[in-house]
Amino acid sequence: MRVALFLTCVNDTLYPDTGRAVVKLLTRLGVDVDFPMGQTCCGQAHYNTGYRHEAEPLARKFSDVFREYEAIVTPSGSCGAMVRELYPRMGERARAEGRGDTLARTLAPVVPKTYELTEFLVDVLGVTDVGAYYPHKVTYHPTCHGLRGLGLGERPRRLLQAVKGLELVELPGAEECCGFGGTFAMKNSDVSAAMGADKVRNAESTGAEVLCAADNSCLMHIGGTMARLRTGMRPVHIAEILASTEEEPLG
Amino acid sequence: MSGTFVGMPAFPKAAHEAVHNTTLRGNLRHATHTIRGKRAKAVTEVSDWAELREAGKRIKDHTLRHLDRYLVQLEESVTAAGGTVHWAADADEANRIVTYLVKATGESEVVKVKSMATQEIGLNEALEAEGIHAYETDLAELIVQLGKDRPSHILVPAIHRNRGEIRDIFAREMSEWGRPAPEGLTDTPAELAEAARLHLREKFLRAKVGVSGANFMVAETGTLVVVESEGNGRMCLTLPETLISVVGIEKIVPTWQDLEVFLQTLPRSSTAERMNPYTSTWTGTTDEDGPSTFHLVLIDNGRTDTLADEVGRQALRCIRCSACLNVCPVYERAGGHAYGSVYPGPIGAILSPQLRGTASEIDASLPYASSLCGACYEVCPVAIDIPEVLVHLRERVAQGGPATEKGNKVVLKPAKGHAAERAAMRAARWALSHPGALRTGQRLASRTRRLHPRTLPGPGKAWSASRDLPAVPAEPFRDWWQRTNGGRTNGGKQEGTK
Ligand code: SF4
Repeated sequence: MRVALFLTCVNDTLYPDTGRAVVKLLTRLGVDVDFPMGQTCCGQAHYNTGYRHEAEPLARKFSDVFREYEAIVTPSGSCGAMVRELYPRMGERARAEGRGDTLARTLAPVVPKTYELTEFLVDVLGVTDVGAYYPHKVTYHPTCHGLRGLGLGERPRRLLQAVKGLELVELPGAEECCGFGGTFAMKNSDVSAAMGADKVRNAESTGAEVLCAADNSCLMHIGGTMARLRTGMRPVHIAEILASTEEEPLG
Repeated sequence: MSGTFVGMPAFPKAAHEAVHNTTLRGNLRHATHTIRGKRAKAVTEVSDWAELREAGKRIKDHTLRHLDRYLVQLEESVTAAGGTVHWAADADEANRIVTYLVKATGESEVVKVKSMATQEIGLNEALEAEGIHAYETDLAELIVQLGKDRPSHILVPAIHRNRGEIRDIFAREMSEWGRPAPEGLTDTPAELAEAARLHLREKFLRAKVGVSGANFMVAETGTLVVVESEGNGRMCLTLPETLISVVGIEKIVPTWQDLEVFLQTLPRSSTAERMNPYTSTWTGTTDEDGPSTFHLVLIDNGRTDTLADEVGRQALRCIRCSACLNVCPVYERAGGHAYGSVYPGPIGAILSPQLRGTASEIDASLPYASSLCGACYEVCPVAIDIPEVLVHLRERVAQGGPATEKGNKVVLKPAKGHAAERAAMRAARWALSHPGALRTGQRLASRTRRLHPRTLPGPGKAWSASRDLPAVPAEPFRDWWQRTNGGRTNGGKQEGTK
């Protein structure tokens, strides 16, 4: 199976380790991974901040770059939700503005083929035990767009439970937003910081060493708050845990 | 604090104080988490909740699509039942009508059952200016009114107050308005409720005019419906000689059968009850039973403008259950007052900038008062996609565009203060449309990474004031991919960038 990795612009720039982990994991599971160099950004930040028209060229580019692949995998719940939920909506809005079907038709091919990583593993590859080894106490934060946008449900937890050595502890108030919300973190920084601090305190109460999630943007916010509050916990993307093995443990 | 919301500062500023007020945050957190848990349980008891939600959405959408027809039908039914219908285009007109109607009775006092519509138009202040005292009779509204405060929650307007604060307000203020609080009043709920009951009973028995809102209006029979928990509503609806109901035009449902859906979803969503304790319905006037004069004031006040917006109109489906407030993490920290409107929380963030327009500072900031987490959409019993409308309104604020104002199609200019953001978004879009430019930027960041501060200047300062920034890696992913051919060869350079 030939699969394209859509890494997202944030991961490409700031979290290349997550990208390498996805490549390592999927390769181990027998998937032929490609990274189309023309990729940049899905347009989520533009769209959600109210710049839909600026997001359109990015969405069109996304479709150009990825449309020929059998599947598109992304280690980001929010970018996955952008493509699956919001691309069709962008098409509809363009139509409602009297611009015809062009945008909708351009974006349609990539919509059903785009999968968030854990969704791809469980639904497409049909695996829950990916042969990982990670001897740490971990708590899982389901990010909002993964949870409510894509409906990832129990998939990430099932994957984590199957990891050898990993002790999964439940996060109190797990389904509450961490307070990132893209530009929300800057525009309403007081409220955002208060939400982040509550999330981190809940995480701390579990006694876990690691807080794991399937979206580095949320982890950046949570991790930044952890560092500031000096908790000693660390944020880790789920892909990195799933890529870790006994032979090559995550460093 | 005044009873109105004019001249509110933008949301972030208004929220700042609340976020740092630990008592307030404690009160809010406790109240919202309790009710949120109970609601979740009450909803799972109903096996066809998803169908009820869909049915509620459809009934409302159908009604809104044919609103003109149903409003005419309603007017006919109300008139046939002995009531009089008045139409008010905006708040001023509605206030003028109600003031005129009260004056015509010769009275200078009215009792009120909680009505968001009258709060929306500032009726109490308008009446006061004409020498007419309006007494709120819901326990929470009474607390707010006696405390010279503003409501901060749709269903629990005094949610921001704890028992001790309420006791103090009663002891201090009740005597000013009527029967004083009993001597030695404590803060036990039973004693507080009894004090309120004695104080209010005098008012009910004296008042000749009642003012109400309505949760629903049934077009086929001209019947109005109020659901409540304290019984004060029923007193206000039956004891006075004249009843004036002030209702938003969107509260209509076509038939009695439609109520079947909402009388299940509303109480479970709002108070987590299977059924609300009091459901009162009134149709025109009836000889020797209830008020002998009935007026219905139908208010538009921005509703038809909202209806003209194909994305935003779904906000008019709202049945004011407040479930979205109780799950909203932003509401929980910012408190209801920060929204600068009688409609706080997620629904307020999309309704107020539509009813009032986005011209004021507060209204332009409301669409950003959300992290778009989607919890509000998930609980909404009429499936209003609040995040979708928020983003739509952000577009209106940041970019301008078509809208309807007082029935006229207009093209709005972007709100002030967004020029720099717009330029940055355009620049970012340009860079992101050119992978080469993105790459150059990434490489520059990597090369200068030792120089990067962990806190930011300018607009990013707010971010880094409470969070550390991530370190920039030595090599962006795409360079690694190219150098190692996707990890198939080890390009020589050292691995590991953390
Ligand atoms: S928007 Fe939905 S959840 Fe919020 S008050 Fe209205 S009906 Fe209830």
